[in-house]
Amino acid sequence: MAHAIFFYIFSAIAIISAIMVTASKNTVHSVFFLILDFISISCLFIMIGAEFLGMIMLIVYVGAVAVLFLFVVMMLNVAQQKNQWFLSTQSSGHIPVGLIISTIIFFELIIVIGGWKYKPELLEKINPEIIENVSNTHSLGQILYTDYIHIFQISGMILLVAMIGAIVLTFRQRDGVKRQSYIKQISRERSEGVQVLDVKSNEGVSVDD
Amino acid sequence: MIEIGLGHYLTLGAIIFTIGIVGIFLNRKNIIVVLMSIELILLAVNINLVSFSIYLNDIAGQVFTLFILTVAAAEAAIGLAIIVVYYRNAGTIRVEEIDKLKG
Repeated sequence: MAHAIFFYIFSAIAIISAIMVTASKNTVHSVFFLILDFISISCLFIMIGAEFLGMIMLIVYVGAVAVLFLFVVMMLNVAQQKNQWFLSTQSSGHIPVGLIISTIIFFELIIVIGGWKYKPELLEKINPEIIENVSNTHSLGQILYTDYIHIFQISGMILLVAMIGAIVLTFRQRDGVKRQSYIKQISRERSEGVQVLDVKSNEGVSVDD
Repeated sequence: MIEIGLGHYLTLGAIIFTIGIVGIFLNRKNIIVVLMSIELILLAVNINLVSFSIYLNDIAGQVFTLFILTVAAAEAAIGLAIIVVYYRNAGTIRVEEIDKLKG
């Protein structure tokens, strides 16, 4: 009973805030509703027994991704770009087609969910890997670092590549800024710096560049 | 209605997935909202994986949810970097005005 009540509350908040993400006119409000959506979905995760994923969701999405979105919105100054959602200027002929296609997608998903059942022999074959008296985090750690270690390291590589890619994409070389170049300093040789000349007396040296 | 089963969670995932798709289709604003709709779609996939994992008592689904989280974070970082570079070059990120390829 309590489970049902909390499920309906959290899912209603999640659905309404998901609608507001796409429909709100201000981009900053969209980011805030995205945060609300992630928080309520992570509450659902904690409620059905996936505590670790719920907490990770809070940390990763609310703590990192949403702040990243907010930073970009702030940098690009798009908060003032208020536009109508449906009432656009021209060429809005794709809106009814988009609505029809998304309605079809939704009803296809609902039909699949409603008419779907497991075969009874499949349910018997499933071996439960979750041990009862071990917490969710514990069992996840036991399987993550043993059976899935390669995928785990590959996901670390994905994060590394994403970090390098973001830095390379947004890096900008400015003109007119003097920087210290260690390679130039170290690879400088004596022949470039000093020159030994035979100077005749009473004639001096003419220095040319 | 009172007994919450797997079907309820899958329906919630389907609704959020469809809202994400509608957000991509009908967007007339800046392209950051498209990225947020992609995050919504990935969130719906995560809901499906976690609810199946709990229902079948198999923890592999939660491991894959973790990897989807990783990929989603990387995708958000790269996408926002591309948007920043595009804004620097073109001066706009409105969806209607990004038509250099004339698709």
